[in-house]
Amino acid sequence: MILTVDHVTTYSYDSPMGSSVQSLRLFPSRFSGQREIEWQVAVEGGIRGGEFRDGAGDKVESWSIRPPIEEVVVTVRGKIETTDTAGVLRGHRELVHPMAYLRETTATWIDDGLAKLASEAVADCTELLDCAHRLSAAVAEAISYEPGTTDAHTTAAEALAQGKGVCQDHAHALIAVARAHDLPARYVSGYLFATEDGAPHEAAHAWTEIWIEGIGWIGFDAANSCCPDDRYIRLGSGLDAHEAAPIRGITQGGSEERLDVTVALEQVQQ
Amino acid sequence: MIEYFNEMFDGDQVRAPYSALDGWTREMPADFRAMKQAEAEAMFRRIGITFAVYGEGGDPDRLIPFDMFPRVFTQMEWRKLERGIKQRARALNAFLLDVYGRGEIVRAGRIPARLVYQNDAYERSVTGFVPPRGIYSHIVGIDLVRTGRDQFYVLEDNCRTPSGVSYMLENREIMMRMFPQLFRENRIEPVEGYPEALRRTLASVAPAKCNGDPTIAILTPGHFNSAYYEHSFLADLMGVDLVEGADLFVEGGFCWMRTTEGPQKLDVIYRRLDDAYLDPLCFRPDSMLGVPGLMDVYRSGGVSICSAPGAGVADDKAIYTFVPEMIRFYLGEEPLLENVPTWQCAKPDELKYVLEKLGDLVVKEVHGSGGYGMLVGPKSTKEQIEIFRHKIMEDPDNYIAQPTLALSTTPTFVEEGVAPRHVDLRPYCLVGDKIELVPGGLTRVALTEGSLVVNSSQGGGVKDTWVLAE
Repeated sequence: MILTVDHVTTYSYDSPMGSSVQSLRLFPSRFSGQREIEWQVAVEGGIRGGEFRDGAGDKVESWSIRPPIEEVVVTVRGKIETTDTAGVLRGHRELVHPMAYLRETTATWIDDGLAKLASEAVADCTELLDCAHRLSAAVAEAISYEPGTTDAHTTAAEALAQGKGVCQDHAHALIAVARAHDLPARYVSGYLFATEDGAPHEAAHAWTEIWIEGIGWIGFDAANSCCPDDRYIRLGSGLDAHEAAPIRGITQGGSEERLDVTVALEQVQQ
Repeated sequence: MIEYFNEMFDGDQVRAPYSALDGWTREMPADFRAMKQAEAEAMFRRIGITFAVYGEGGDPDRLIPFDMFPRVFTQMEWRKLERGIKQRARALNAFLLDVYGRGEIVRAGRIPARLVYQNDAYERSVTGFVPPRGIYSHIVGIDLVRTGRDQFYVLEDNCRTPSGVSYMLENREIMMRMFPQLFRENRIEPVEGYPEALRRTLASVAPAKCNGDPTIAILTPGHFNSAYYEHSFLADLMGVDLVEGADLFVEGGFCWMRTTEGPQKLDVIYRRLDDAYLDPLCFRPDSMLGVPGLMDVYRSGGVSICSAPGAGVADDKAIYTFVPEMIRFYLGEEPLLENVPTWQCAKPDELKYVLEKLGDLVVKEVHGSGGYGMLVGPKSTKEQIEIFRHKIMEDPDNYIAQPTLALSTTPTFVEEGVAPRHVDLRPYCLVGDKIELVPGGLTRVALTEGSLVVNSSQGGGVKDTWVLAE
């Protein structure tokens, strides 16, 4: 599938702010499921800084903006060819040991509720890949999709307790229950192309990858009860949403920040 | 009864390195000694050196007692130590380069993967980044104790930002001012080359993007930090700027220092700030001490950070056990300095042994430092031992145990005259385009009679450390 992405993120402020630094992880991962055709990331009025590809295989580019700043506008425009790899992250060059993804974070902290979910989901399961599928299904079952019920700081435990959430919460919960079984797991941020029947949601999307010994990293999208296919564009990963955030920035000043995001994905007909 | 090696006396014979000091103390009148001691203290107060040694906590404004009786090594003894320390510094750096790369030592099954990759100090964000010259730890502080004529043990490695080197320099300075004749009569290797050697070391790891003379600065958390004196002292002696996070900013892939003449590009940062505070964009988002975006500049090769972020995974107490293995694996050599035998309470059979022998052992927290939260079995009451037994059983992973080491003694001025007191040693090894060690280090002394705990927070003091020239 050939997809175009038009993604604009705007942070606006009531009064002028000081300088701003942005660390962007807005570039498509390089693996056999994705071929970049063109991709441009820019920060309006910004100065491009260093760029590198980190040990997890993600490309990072940093930008800075001189004061005074009234808004920070980050744009992504790209075209990419995707293929369905049945969720397997094949041909992805990375150096980080999977075991480094067993560490808990605040967002993925396992409480009694998650521990119970983790053990019940795989009570009679011996095969790792099967376990991962069951955990994903259990999370989908336990947390229903309801936008507006959680925020960026909601933890996996909190989302499970209220039984509602969005893709970020599903991803965090699946990470927590996978790690509970000693399965390395990580948060993946990216895009999802919404099909016409309206089933999938959230063009800016997030899912989970679980490390299965002998196969490698496999994506699980508990929010949509499936594994990522050619409708998905993978950007970057981390221990949780905070670490995997496509945009991380700090703008100096005391003014309230308003966030506006528009993401449009379109399929290019061949 | 444990025999302690006395570095000055072999029975009633004075050992050669101390022969000059024997007469010096004998001939020193008591009132003269008291006067000199007061003079030394006044000098320390005046220069304001009152901080605690790395991670020890305690009152930062308290003066660490200075003992005027020097600790002496012969050239032969020192050369042996020097080889062992340099070997260790090379192996620790090779380990860091490896575990942030392909992890050959883990693949070879020589160190458990879990200990490395699940370690809190393992910094995933720098995996795959190779710092200039492949060096992570540019200043390696290795804590040593002596238990016999030729027997030294490494207590721990400090690969991040070992402090205390200003004591090494100030102790010498003050001794030379107070007792110039001692330095005329004895051929003592100088230590004052340290700041210049440190500057050269830092300059040698400037990033590839730096052309010309690198600009170096020391990044301090600020004046409320217990080692602030040392930060400003070293900056002064090296002739480099002392900066705080707010003095720096990033732009265009470089790190800049605000100066009265406009921004100046900074090439090498000697940071005295923990990883977690370096950059709120990469690490703790609430850090006010760091520089937003610094890690991106670092990882794209725009600035060097010394020690490299992530270096802490090499000096963890659980990793310590494997340093001899690192030396064999990376260098193909046998370790010249021994590790203290260590039992991991995380292992059930070793835990069983530790609990049986609790009264004979020293038990430490895996991540503890500063002599807090530890049990010295032979020096503890039955009750203290039982309290500790419960603590260990509740959380065995958090503890390691070692035999009680018979730390050597050196003569130390006490109320009644001169008496033996237990000492340790921290030399500072510099790793850059070459590996250097100034002949000397920081000797800490347990001033309380019979005490084996040299930490300043627990009644420890410091001494000048001499290496005699041939």
